[in-house]
Amino acid sequence: MRLTADEEAMLDGKEGRAVQRAMELLVQYGDALGAERLVDTNNVCGANVFSPAPGLPKFESHDQIFSQMSLDSDETFEIPHVKAYSCQLIGRMDARHWRLQEIEQETHDLIAESESYNAAHGIQLMNTCTPYQVGNVPVKGEHCAWMESSAVVYINSVLGARTNVEGRESTAAAMLTGKIPYWGYHLHEQRAGTHYVDVQFPVQDFMDWGILGYYVGKMVGDKVPVLDHVNSTPNLSQLKHFGAAASTSGGVELYHIPGITAEARTVEEAFQGHPIQARFSFGQQERLQVYEELNSTARDPHVDLVMLGCPHANIQQIWEICNLLDGKTVHSNTELWIFTPHPIRELADRNGYTKIMENAGAVLMSDTCPAIGRFLPKGTKVIATDSAKQVHYLPAIMKVQGWFGSTKDCVNAAITGRWTGGIS
Amino acid sequence: MNSVILRGRPIVGGYAEGEALVTSQEISGWGGVEAASGTIIESRHELRGESFKGKVLVFPGAKGSSGWSGIFHTARLAGAAPKAMLFNTMTSKAALGAIVTRVPAITDFDQDPLSVIHTGDWLKIDGDRGVVEVIKRGDSPRTQV
Repeated sequence: MRLTADEEAMLDGKEGRAVQRAMELLVQYGDALGAERLVDTNNVCGANVFSPAPGLPKFESHDQIFSQMSLDSDETFEIPHVKAYSCQLIGRMDARHWRLQEIEQETHDLIAESESYNAAHGIQLMNTCTPYQVGNVPVKGEHCAWMESSAVVYINSVLGARTNVEGRESTAAAMLTGKIPYWGYHLHEQRAGTHYVDVQFPVQDFMDWGILGYYVGKMVGDKVPVLDHVNSTPNLSQLKHFGAAASTSGGVELYHIPGITAEARTVEEAFQGHPIQARFSFGQQERLQVYEELNSTARDPHVDLVMLGCPHANIQQIWEICNLLDGKTVHSNTELWIFTPHPIRELADRNGYTKIMENAGAVLMSDTCPAIGRFLPKGTKVIATDSAKQVHYLPAIMKVQGWFGSTKDCVNAAITGRWTGGIS
Repeated sequence: MNSVILRGRPIVGGYAEGEALVTSQEISGWGGVEAASGTIIESRHELRGESFKGKVLVFPGAKGSSGWSGIFHTARLAGAAPKAMLFNTMTSKAALGAIVTRVPAITDFDQDPLSVIHTGDWLKIDGDRGVVEVIKRGDSPRTQV
């Protein structure tokens, strides 16, 4: 890779050993990718808050944790303040409901300490998979270095920002240096559409956007789908669900819906004159097949947990869930957990929504989710969720059965304790 | 002698030998692999229940969550890393994951490793030069000089 003078200086250790190590990692990573150079970034989202996990050794200091886990270094450095605007993504612990998560006091204290360490180094404790819902909204063309596949696909596609799916070590290196390899979706020509999707079924509600996303991801893998004939205007929640599903079943990091997403007004513009690699369509048959597939781990209609808010719910979704609860209460054998970023929970507190949920027997949680935090109510065998992403991961990670359906069917399951959801 | 040579682009240097574990399906890291044991846990994956610990992982590429590198990094610290990684499709996940796993890794092969290499074959990997020697199953590696 060609390096600029400031990059060479960092590599030579002029800004200390930690920054030097960060630059070494970026050079090795850029060379592996085949990148020709690095690009400046001042918007980084990563995951450096530490929590113990099976297989990890005991660490002696937070500098050691950052050096090993975030910079892949066996040597411990004194970690300086971050150089780039940096945000912490979703983690393991809800600061309010950690006892409900059955987190031990010792683990709680370690995570809280790690959060303070990160904040003191200049990392914003957004603690969500959706930074774009709580103020980090990149603009079109902005070079970013973000982790979290569902957030990457959202800011690339809907907002037109430029990032690859980064990992913990590359984002930490970007935080300390303000650099990331100029490769992949940072380049205009790499952002051209590759696959044409004829959306024949009129996709309108939240569930169908998730189903369409899961289908498209399966069909294109990590390529760039272009969706034609979408005859409605999706909202933030629907595109969030679509992208999360497509990045889960495939590895979609960028898509175009001409006329709606940031970079293409027409199908022609989306493909940038490149040939279309494959065409396929999404109709009623594909829709029903994906619904079946998403429900393939579920048999028992008795639901132990209903999980909503993957990716994290926004205030509109919380309001809608409160309306669906409509004064009813959650069944005595079932839990209803809703997940949101903590600044949105604060808004829900002020709006009275947290209280409405509590009165119904539901819990509004933040900062984490059952898949990331690996926690469920004791004895949970069956979950239900309105998230294609969560129903993909949770049965594999937590060895439970998972029902997938509409938000309304999920709230009904919470109230009655039984899954009666379906698709027409 | 029943051996085949593959040449590719080196990603991470070093030398390793080991038994191949081959999948035609992409691998999901976070949520698809149990890091402490190196076991594939993704529902409906053809390698579900199998561990790559001590094996040479031969796969088409990385998919899924951005926690890919973090999982392979943890697997290394837990002593459950693969001995080497050979893959077809370069992505940011696979590149970073291979680097932090710190085992020889090669991509961009002159022949498709997924069709040439079968699970159980013995592999000799030169990560510095990007060369893989495939000794077909049934031949003892000791007899190959």
